[in-house]
Amino acid sequence: MSMRMDTALATGEPVAPTDQIDALFAKVSANHEARRRATSLFLRGSVYAGAALTALILAFLVGYILVKGVPYLTPSLFEWRYNSTNVSLMPALVNTVLMALVSLVLAVPFGVGSAIYLVEYAKRGSKFVQLVRTTTETLQGIPSIIYGLFGLLFFVTALGWGLSLFSGACTLAIMILPVVMRTSEEALLAVPDSYREGGFGLGAGRLRTVFRCVLPSAIPGILGGVILGLGRIVGEVAALLFTAGTIAQIPSFGASGFAALFDSARTLAVHMYVLASEGLHVNQTYATAVVLLALVVLLNLAATFAAKKMSKGNNND
Amino acid sequence: MTNMMLETAKGIDYKPSLQKPAQANPVPADREGAVAAKMGVYDLDLYYKDFQALKKVNLEFPENRVTALIGPSGCGKSTLLKSLNRMNDLVEGCRIEGEITLDGADTRRAIDVNSLRRRVGMVFQQPNPFPMSIYDNIAFGPRTHGIKGRSDLDEVVERSLRDAAIWDELKDRLKKNALGLSGGQQQRLCIARALAVRPEVLLMDEATSALDPISTAKIEELVGELKTRYTVIMVTHNMLQALRVSDKTSFFLLGEMIEAGPTEDVFTNPQDERTADYVAGRFG
Ligand SMILES: Nc1ncnc2c1ncn2[C@@H]1O[C@H](COP(=O)(O)OP(=O)(O)OP(=O)(O)O)[C@@H](O)[C@H]1O
Ligand SMILES: [Mg+2]
Repeated sequence: MSMRMDTALATGEPVAPTDQIDALFAKVSANHEARRRATSLFLRGSVYAGAALTALILAFLVGYILVKGVPYLTPSLFEWRYNSTNVSLMPALVNTVLMALVSLVLAVPFGVGSAIYLVEYAKRGSKFVQLVRTTTETLQGIPSIIYGLFGLLFFVTALGWGLSLFSGACTLAIMILPVVMRTSEEALLAVPDSYREGGFGLGAGRLRTVFRCVLPSAIPGILGGVILGLGRIVGEVAALLFTAGTIAQIPSFGASGFAALFDSARTLAVHMYVLASEGLHVNQTYATAVVLLALVVLLNLAATFAAKKMSKGNNND
Repeated sequence: MTNMMLETAKGIDYKPSLQKPAQANPVPADREGAVAAKMGVYDLDLYYKDFQALKKVNLEFPENRVTALIGPSGCGKSTLLKSLNRMNDLVEGCRIEGEITLDGADTRRAIDVNSLRRRVGMVFQQPNPFPMSIYDNIAFGPRTHGIKGRSDLDEVVERSLRDAAIWDELKDRLKKNALGLSGGQQQRLCIARALAVRPEVLLMDEATSALDPISTAKIEELVGELKTRYTVIMVTHNMLQALRVSDKTSFFLLGEMIEAGPTEDVFTNPQDERTADYVAGRFG
């Protein structure tokens, strides 16, 4: 049978229009079609339901906080100095921005730098690269309180920096380093080799090829990692309680210059935690949550804008 | 839009002839050795780890001529091309024995790799413009090699685009991203980018295989003009293309150089039976 078919194909003669296989298809096709339609309907339904549920939960959460918090966004909440009657969130707001800035300044160059090393300089797929990658992935999964404990023992105690903005920022930098590194690595790996070949082919060295041909198209991916890290910084409480303390004051940069980095500083998330655990200012806690939400949105927008700016040659307009 | 259509119309006006046009190849099919060798490979053995991709290859590339490398898939044409500008250095486990020369100097010992790649430019099979503006694509190489002044760069960019016969198409959109161009335009942009560093040799690895016949014809015409100033070495699967544009042809099979000589001789009077079979389309 198959011999006959082969020769028929080889000589280009038309194959008999119906054979066993056609019969097979004919037999299954009728009820298979119906089942397939039912399955596809069910799957599509589940996917829509899942998406709707997620959106609903998010909308409810945000809505709830807005409804509870917005009416209490009074001017007194934004006074420059905190005291126990106005429970101003201003110092915490400023501290959060400072904390995010310092942590990112510490973490991003290291993270992106190591990713560049791993992808562009180290031997691809070597044992060392794999070891580093596994380690980073493990570090990503460690609970933040453990980073906090490390920060307490190392920066606060051993280095004697005390509970301070800088101890906290160093701890957070270590905490987000794996995220930044892994996402940057993935972003660099996703850049096609043809860009590298193009650079080398014109006689550019490795450094120039990496920075001018490869990095620009990896920037959106890297920024994605930075945004993830930013989210963790802004929302972190546990690690900061151990390392940055809870003093609701803006470090006195005016009076003591950079030494103020070693003042204790309460971020917004910590501020919320303190207010909530005191239980005396529930409404103001909600109002603080609104501000925290707005801050996260704002920082994300800023990061996205920065990405657009940095890779402006990449867009086609 | 109308501009594009005009371009196409102009393109059709240009006639890709199937025979080797007498004018495009004014150089008589010179016998080997009649023209000085710009580059040469001597007793070249190339290994990828344990696999030997090139076996004792001996070949010279005459100056100001187009040399075509032909042969079935996997026979080592790209490998040979990449060893000429040391792109193989980037391949893990690639090992080279033998000698490769540029103007008589050993490319692996006597010439710095970055200046070698400046002197021996490359155009790849898939157009690979950088994700930046057309202007910056062309200016990348000159900037790399130290040309900084705005007006100097402007001049290099215009000159290179003109040399690649794409200036008129692109002059009004130099600030646009190069990824927005068509495949044929991208490839000519890549040729312009390669020309912008003033190479002495131009390597083209199936540079027209991803392009339509009109873009192909434009690039073939371009190669015919370029050889007055450059030495061109091209890989092609298109026999007619080899016949149309090359002066010298070299046939490869399973990592071995089977036959090389003036293109017309190789096609009309091959010395080796395997060459004859391949050229006649009987295998490959
Ligand atoms: N990076 C590499 N590692 C290992 N082997 C390789 C590598 N690149 C090419 N080879 C092998 O070397 C041989 C020659 O490859 P090459 O790419 O030079 O062929 P080619 O003649 O250009 O073929 P094609 O016409 O399909 O482009 C092939 O057998 C290929 O499998
Ligand atoms: Mg090839």
